[in-house]
Amino acid sequence: MSRADPAPTRSAPTRSARARWARTAAAGPWLVGVLVLIAGVVLFPAGYMLWNSLRDISEFGVDRGPAGLENYQRLAELAALPRVLLNTAVWVVGVVVITVLVSLALAQFLDKAFPGRRLVRMAVIVPWAASVVMTATVFYYGLDPFYGIMNHALVDIGLLDAPYGFTKNTVPAFAVAMGIAVFVSLPFTTYTLLAGLQTIPGEVLEAAQLDGAGRIATYRRVVLPMLRPAIAVATIINIINVFNSLPILRTITGSIPGYSADTTTTLTFKLIQADRQVDTASALSVVNFVLVLAIIVVYVRVARPMREH
Amino acid sequence: MAVTAPARPRRGGRGPRALLLSTAGLLVALVFLAPYLIMVIGSFKPRPEILAVPPGYLPRQWRPDNYVTLWSTPETPLPLNLISTVVISVCATLLVLAVATPAAYYTARHRFPGRLVFLLLVLATQMLQPTVLAAGLFREFVVLGINDTWLAMILVNAAFNLSFAVWIMHSFFAAVPREIDEAAMLDGASRLQTLRRVTLPLVWPGIVTAVIFTFVACWNEFAASLVILTTDANQPLSVALTKFAGQYDSAWQYVFAISVVAIAPVVLLFALIERRLVAGLTAGSVK
Repeated sequence: MSRADPAPTRSAPTRSARARWARTAAAGPWLVGVLVLIAGVVLFPAGYMLWNSLRDISEFGVDRGPAGLENYQRLAELAALPRVLLNTAVWVVGVVVITVLVSLALAQFLDKAFPGRRLVRMAVIVPWAASVVMTATVFYYGLDPFYGIMNHALVDIGLLDAPYGFTKNTVPAFAVAMGIAVFVSLPFTTYTLLAGLQTIPGEVLEAAQLDGAGRIATYRRVVLPMLRPAIAVATIINIINVFNSLPILRTITGSIPGYSADTTTTLTFKLIQADRQVDTASALSVVNFVLVLAIIVVYVRVARPMREH
Repeated sequence: MAVTAPARPRRGGRGPRALLLSTAGLLVALVFLAPYLIMVIGSFKPRPEILAVPPGYLPRQWRPDNYVTLWSTPETPLPLNLISTVVISVCATLLVLAVATPAAYYTARHRFPGRLVFLLLVLATQMLQPTVLAAGLFREFVVLGINDTWLAMILVNAAFNLSFAVWIMHSFFAAVPREIDEAAMLDGASRLQTLRRVTLPLVWPGIVTAVIFTFVACWNEFAASLVILTTDANQPLSVALTKFAGQYDSAWQYVFAISVVAIAPVVLLFALIERRLVAGLTAGSVK
């Protein structure tokens, strides 16, 4: 693609440096909109949040001066913190692992040719397009022990003896929320793996079978290794999405008092909204932000998305 | 890339095995549609029936007028919430289109020092969500005096959806052979004319995908709106919905009617770009 660019001359380093700058400057007008938006709405608030995490901010938003590391200290002393961190780990690992495993099976199934496959694929994308709050809300209603229709259906098909209060206590409510998170993560993950499967040439599979490999051996030795990049990308994007997920837990466990069913993300929002502690919330957000950055670094390493086509 | 992956030749489209697969497919479809079927059916139930113990699967009395009385429910000014959702989503999508198209075009067509850094920066924003920056965004908008305005949410939605749009359009621009551009330029067309008459029609599918995906993401945005939009009338449908939850006699029939109104259009839009969704989201790393 660099054919049209003038070849840099080795004998005139200053001229070539100036030429390089000229080429960057020429790109400016085309990129300026994106750069301004990223600087103003992503980078600046990130820096400002870091600043706020070192300030003492009143519940009415008045900056009362420097606070040193007090906000981080308050965070560390929060009695619920160990539970919240444990919840976050269970939430992210549990949801992502189950999502990827179910999606592997689902993608394999949707890759087969059968009448009506297109309609099934369309049905699978619905939870992806739909608002997550709305999806979580219908589950919350459906699992109500009294008027909930899903609870009722579970009794009717014999899986339950009597309606169960899934959303009333911490542990079952958290498990239900994880189930919903898997449900809304499946479409994207399945589609990503499906795209990966479609890049595996049919001849490769036939060759493996001719060599005497059974179905399971073919899948393990041929299909899975070739799916590796797709699995890596789907996993990382899911980790980010699931880590940042607010609406599901807010809807399902929001009415449970205390922080026993919170992740670091939902705790941040409780600190901002209910407790009006923007300074402590900023400190927690900075911690979240660092975690997300660490995940991004791993992503760039593992998936190497910058490989040119 | 996945966009152009050739379809595998179809095998085994008939016979008992196909019947078995189709039946399994029907079950899968049902599982994914079940919550939304409950929504649609619930939106037609009268209030006493939706809170009945035990509940009935279908309404005994169908109430399509829920979709009329919905608009004057006391919990939230719903017509204004719909307007907010539409204004924010449309403006944010137009803003994304306006800034992402030139960037995608230029980075696909030209190499320059800093190009890789720029593309990495854009990619990194895909990994960030407004949720993790909500505290900073909230304080920034208070200082700027635009907290609790449409403008604030238009900026947030645009910034956090840029990445998908830049990447999918970048890959479409990169797929157009340079020779086509050069031929048009030789024929005397200016660079802008070439872009408008030759290149844009070829990358049209990429633009449509970017527009629809951005629009749907803005339409469903929840976390940042929850913190930044504090006035009832400014809130989008996703936040307005939470006004019903947690009350003892929740007007569930309205919750579901709002959900149907909010979900149906975006599902239809998503179905249009189904085949190209993955390509943009995975930014070219799935081959």
